[in-house]
Amino acid sequence: MFFLKRLLFLIPLLLVISFLAFGLMRSAPGGPFDSNRVPATPEIERALRAKYHLDEPLLKQYVRYLGDLSRGDFGVSTKYRNHTVNDIIRQALPVSLTLGGLAFCFALGLGIPCGVVMAIRRGQWADHALGLLSLIGVCLPGFVLGPLLVLGLAVRLDWLPVALWESPLHFVLPTVTLGLLFAGKVARLVRESMTATLQSEFIIAARAKGLSESAILIKHALRLALLPVVSFSAPMLADLLTGSFVVESIFQIPGLGGFFVNSSLNRDYPLLMGLVLLYAALLLLFNLAADVLLVALDRRIKYE
Amino acid sequence: MALGLLLSGCGRSEPSADLVIANGGEAGSLDPATATTIEDLRVCMALFEGLMRVDPVTAQPVPGLAERFEKSPDGRTYLFFLRTNAVWSTGGRITAHDFVWSWLRVLDPATASEYAGQLFYIKGAEAYFTNKVRNPSQVGVRALDDLTLRVELVNPTAFFLDLCAFQTLYVVPRAAIEKHGDRWMRVRPLAVSGPYQLDQWRLNDRVRLRRNPRYWDAVNTHCEVVDLLPLRNASTAFNLYERGAVDIIWDKELIPSELYPFLRTNEAHRVNFHSFNYLGAYFLRFNTTRPPLDDPRIRKALAMCIDKQRLIDKILKTGELIAQGLVPPYTTNHLPVTGLPYDPAAARKLLDEAGHPGGRGLRRIEYSVESAGPSSPHAKIGVELQEMWRTHLGVEVELRQTEKQVHTKNQKSLDYDVSRSTWIGDYNDPNTFLDLFRGNNGNNRTGWKNARYDELMDQAAAQPDHARRTELLREAETLLVRDEAPIVPVYFFSGFNYYNSANVSGIWGNVLDIHPINAIQKKKSVVRRLSFVATAQAHPTPPTNHEPRTTNNGLRNTEHGTRSTLP
Amino acid sequence: MSEKEVESRKLGVEKTLDGLPGAIPQLSTNRAQLHLTPNQRSWLRFRRNKPALLCLVFLALLAPLVAAWPLVAPYAANAITDEQFQPPIWKHWFGTDVHGRDLLTRVFYGARVSLLVGVVGAGVALVIGVTWGAVSGYVGGRLDGAMMRFVDVIYSMPSIIFLIVLLTTLRATVAKWLINWFGPEAAPKSHLLLLVIGLGALSWLPMARIVRGQVLSLRQRAFVDASRALGASHARILWHHILPNVWGIVIVYLTLTVPSVILYESFLSYLGLGIQPPMASWGSLVAEGAAQINPVQIYWWLVVFPATTLVLTLLALNFVGDGLRDAFDPKGQT
Repeated sequence: MFFLKRLLFLIPLLLVISFLAFGLMRSAPGGPFDSNRVPATPEIERALRAKYHLDEPLLKQYVRYLGDLSRGDFGVSTKYRNHTVNDIIRQALPVSLTLGGLAFCFALGLGIPCGVVMAIRRGQWADHALGLLSLIGVCLPGFVLGPLLVLGLAVRLDWLPVALWESPLHFVLPTVTLGLLFAGKVARLVRESMTATLQSEFIIAARAKGLSESAILIKHALRLALLPVVSFSAPMLADLLTGSFVVESIFQIPGLGGFFVNSSLNRDYPLLMGLVLLYAALLLLFNLAADVLLVALDRRIKYE
Repeated sequence: MALGLLLSGCGRSEPSADLVIANGGEAGSLDPATATTIEDLRVCMALFEGLMRVDPVTAQPVPGLAERFEKSPDGRTYLFFLRTNAVWSTGGRITAHDFVWSWLRVLDPATASEYAGQLFYIKGAEAYFTNKVRNPSQVGVRALDDLTLRVELVNPTAFFLDLCAFQTLYVVPRAAIEKHGDRWMRVRPLAVSGPYQLDQWRLNDRVRLRRNPRYWDAVNTHCEVVDLLPLRNASTAFNLYERGAVDIIWDKELIPSELYPFLRTNEAHRVNFHSFNYLGAYFLRFNTTRPPLDDPRIRKALAMCIDKQRLIDKILKTGELIAQGLVPPYTTNHLPVTGLPYDPAAARKLLDEAGHPGGRGLRRIEYSVESAGPSSPHAKIGVELQEMWRTHLGVEVELRQTEKQVHTKNQKSLDYDVSRSTWIGDYNDPNTFLDLFRGNNGNNRTGWKNARYDELMDQAAAQPDHARRTELLREAETLLVRDEAPIVPVYFFSGFNYYNSANVSGIWGNVLDIHPINAIQKKKSVVRRLSFVATAQAHPTPPTNHEPRTTNNGLRNTEHGTRSTLP
Repeated sequence: MSEKEVESRKLGVEKTLDGLPGAIPQLSTNRAQLHLTPNQRSWLRFRRNKPALLCLVFLALLAPLVAAWPLVAPYAANAITDEQFQPPIWKHWFGTDVHGRDLLTRVFYGARVSLLVGVVGAGVALVIGVTWGAVSGYVGGRLDGAMMRFVDVIYSMPSIIFLIVLLTTLRATVAKWLINWFGPEAAPKSHLLLLVIGLGALSWLPMARIVRGQVLSLRQRAFVDASRALGASHARILWHHILPNVWGIVIVYLTLTVPSVILYESFLSYLGLGIQPPMASWGSLVAEGAAQINPVQIYWWLVVFPATTLVLTLLALNFVGDGLRDAFDPKGQT
C-alpha cells in the first residue's frame, strides 16, 4: 500500500535529516561553552569539550550519536547539565501538545466558519468586515498582540490571569495569541477556495438537482474547499513551533518552543538534535495524515 | 493516550508558595561543581553550603558549615573546624572527608567544572587537574579527622575565605553521586547540606524549595516554601509583580528599562525600588593586535571621547556610576584610580600626534555588540558611541551585532576591532577584575600582554601585607586604564531589587547581589530577631568605607542591632 | 441571497459585478465590449472594482515615495537628538524614539527594507514555489514523493541555525563583493542582503505544498483527459488549463506570504538577529515598540505608527490581490 511505503520511508528520512542537521549545527560558529565566562585556562576548556566528545572528529561524533540514539539515549544537554534530553522532552512535550492543539483547534474553529461566511457573502459588508479582522490577525505579530491582550483583558479588566500555566483559565490568552494568526490565514484560504468551489460545475449540477443550500454547502462544497487548508496545516505546524516561542516567553509557559530557539542560540547540540528529530518525525507524520485526508476529501485524487 | 498526555499537559494547581521570587533566566545546572551563572548560584546557595557562607547584609564570608577557623601567620595555611550538628538532609554527618572528596571532584577533569580555576589557589590543585600529579594526597587539602580540615595555599590569597563561600567549594553528597552519576540531582530524595531542599524542578517553569529541618541553622530559615520563577520577559515579570503573584524581582533585566525613571519617582511605586552598588563593570575591549588599535594613542583618543554621563542619563537611567578604573570603588582592598577623562580636545590632539588629524586616513572601525532583544541597552549605547566618535574625531564606526556565542568566539579569536564587554566580580576583591588582564588569562581577549602588569599582579598575589598589596593593585590598575588602555571602562552597574519593604524583609542590597533565601521573610506578624550570623571573626580585610546606597527605610539598622553569636 | 438568485434565474440575464457565487455565468451583454481581448476585458473588470482600484492607487503613490525617501525625508536617517520619547507634535509627526530620532523618518526608511524583503519573498514564492508545487502535483507518483519529502526535510531544519550560519559564514565574502562593486559605503548592507536571501530561501515552501495539493486535485478532472485526448503536451496542459485555476489560491497565498516574511523578520529582530541598528525595518520598529507595552506608562506612538503603516499597506496589497483574482477569474465572464 502507498501509505505503508511512506511509513517505511520515515526512518531513512529521519536519518538524512539528522545528518543534515548535525552538519548545519556544527558549521555555525561558536560552541556551547562560548559564554562570557570563557574558562580561565585552556585545560579547563579541554576538559569540558572532552566530556561532551566535542574534541573528536565530526564523523566520529556523528556515529557515536547514532549509536546512542539506537539505545534511546538522546544525550545530556550542554546547558542544563543535570538533565538529559529525554527528561526535558518528557517534561515539555505535553505542554506543547496542549498549547499547540488548542491553538490549532482555535485557528480552525474560528477560521473555517469565518472563511465560509466570507465566501457566501462575498462582496458584502460582512465579507469586508471579517476580511479586515482576519487581515489584522495576520499582520500583528505575537509579541504585540500578546502584551496588548494581557494589558486589556488581564491587567485592566482582571478577567484572566497575567501569565504562567496553571489552570485552564491560564490557557485562554496564550491560545488566542498563538491561534489568531493562523485563524486569519485559514479564513482567507477557505474564503478563496470556497468561492472557487461554489462556482464549479458539479455544484451547479447539485443546485439544479434541487438540493438545499446547506446540504450543498456541507456535503459537497466544504470538503473540496478544505483542500488548501489541509495542505497548509503542515506548514502551519512549523509556524506554530516558532510562534510558540514568543507566546511562551510572554506567558512563561514551559513548552518546547522556548527550548527550540534557546538551544539554537546556546549551541546546545544534544538538545537541539533531539528536538529537530522529534519535530521532523511529527512533521512527516502530519504530512502523511494530511495526504490521507486529501484523498478522503477529494476522491478523485490518486497519488500513483 | 493522547488524552492522557493532554491532561498531564494541563497545569497542576498546587498550593502556592510562601515566597515567590522572579529569578530571571533558567538555572543551567544546580550541581555546585558545574554551576556557573548567577541564577545557578542563587538556587545552589539555598541547597548546599560550604565552609563559609555569605552574610546577607555585607556579602562578606562568615562561618557556615565550619564553626570556626584558624589562619597561619603567613596566610598560607587554614584550619577549619566543622560543626558537630552539620548533617545531610537525608541523615548522616557531614564530615571533613566529604569536603575533601567534593573539592577533588571539582578538580577531576571528568567532572568538567568550568570554575575549577577557583581551586587553583590551593597547593598542587592545578597540577592535579592537568594530570601532572596523579596522587590526590598531593593536593593541599586534607581531612585531619572527621571534623577538621586543613588547607594549604600556594600564596597568601587574601580572598580565600570568599572563595570558601563560593558555590564551587560547596560540599556535595558523595554516596548519591557515586551511585547515580550525572543524574544524581534528578533522584529523590536529594541529600542537601543547605537551608532548603529541592522540592520540584521544572525547567522554564519553576524551582520549588522546601525548608530543610535538619540544617544546622534551620531555626533561622523563615519561609517554608519558596518558588523561583525563571522569567525571561520584563513585561511579564512586572505584570506578575503588580498582580501580587511575585514578591521579589531581583534581576535588573526583568524591569522594563524605560520605566526606571518613572518607578523611581512615582509615589506609588517608589517604595518598591531598592538600588545598591553592584560589583560589575561595563567596558569596551580593544583588539590591540589589529592596526590602528595597536597604537595606544589612538585607543586613548577613542576613550577620551566617550561622554559616559550622557550615556548613563540618556540610555540607562538607573543612576549608574561613571567608571574611572576597572574595579568598582566600593570593592574591599581597593584604592581609587584616576582614569582617562572626557576630553575631546585632548583626544583630537592625540589623534593628530598619531598621524591621523581629523580622523583622516583611519579605516572604518567596527564596534561589536552581542545581539539581544530590543530592550537591551547594548545596541543603543553603540548607536550613541558611533555618534560621539564621528562628531568629536571624525572616525567612522560601524555597528556590528553578532549573536552571543559568535560575539564571544570573535573575542577569543581576536576577530574584532572594538567589542563590548561586561564582567561581574566573583568575590569582593580587586583581583577578580584585574586578574583578567594578565597575559595568559583566557578571559583577556585583547591580545594585550604587559610584563610589568603581570609582575605587579604576581607581587600582589604573594604579598601578605594588605596595605602594600592594595598599593600594588592600584599601580597595576592605573597602568591598565590610564597608560596603556587596552580597555575603556564605561560604567559600574547599579543593581536593584524590586520588592515591597512593608511586606518583605531580610533582603539587603550588597555589592555581590547575593541574598541568602533563608534570611528573607515575608509578612510575618512577629518580627523575628535576626540572630543570623556570628560576629566577623578576625576577618583579614579592612571594612569598606563606602556606604552602599539603599532605601530600606531603616530596617537595616534594626537588624544590625540584634546580632548575636550563636552557641 | 437565495431571493436574488431566484430573481437572476428568472430573468436569466445579468450577473452582478460582485460575482455572486452560484450565479449562472453569463456572457457579457455589453455588445460594445465583445471585440476586446480577454486580457483587456479583465482590466476593465479590475477598474470597475472601486476598492481594489483605490488600493492600487495608494500603492502606486506609496512606492515612489518610499523609493525616493532619502531625498524627501525631513530628517537624516540617524539624526540623534536629545528630544527623547517625544509624543507626536508639529515637529515630529510620529514622535521620537529613545535616541531622539524622528519616527516618521524611521518608519519610511523601514518601509524600504520591509517592502524589499516582502517583495523578494513573494517573488521567490511565486516563481520557485508555484513551479515546484505544480510539477510535483502534476507528475505525481515517485517524483511527487521525492519533491515533497525534500520540502519536508528543509522544513525540519532549525531555521534560526540556518540563518545564523548564512549570516555569519558568508558575511565576509559578501561584504568584500559589495565593496568591490559598490564602494566601501555598501559594506553594512551585506547583512541586509544575506537576510533577504535567507528569508527568500524559506518563503517558497508553504506555497509549494499548497499548489501541489490543488494541482493533484485538478489533474484528475475531465478537462485534463479531454486535452490529453486532443494531443496537448503536458506543459501546455499545465500552463493553459491547470494553472489558471490555481491562480486564485496562489494570489491569496502571495498576499499572505508578504506579511509572513515581514513578520518573520520582525521575530528575528525580537531575538536580535534581524536588521542591524542603526538601520530599521517595520519589523524591528514593531519589535522595539512592543517592548514598550506595559500597564504603567506607554509610549504608544512607538507601537501604533509602525504597526498601522504595516497593516494599511498589507491591507492595500490584499485588496489589490483580491481585485486581480476577481478580474482574471476564468470562471467568470469569458
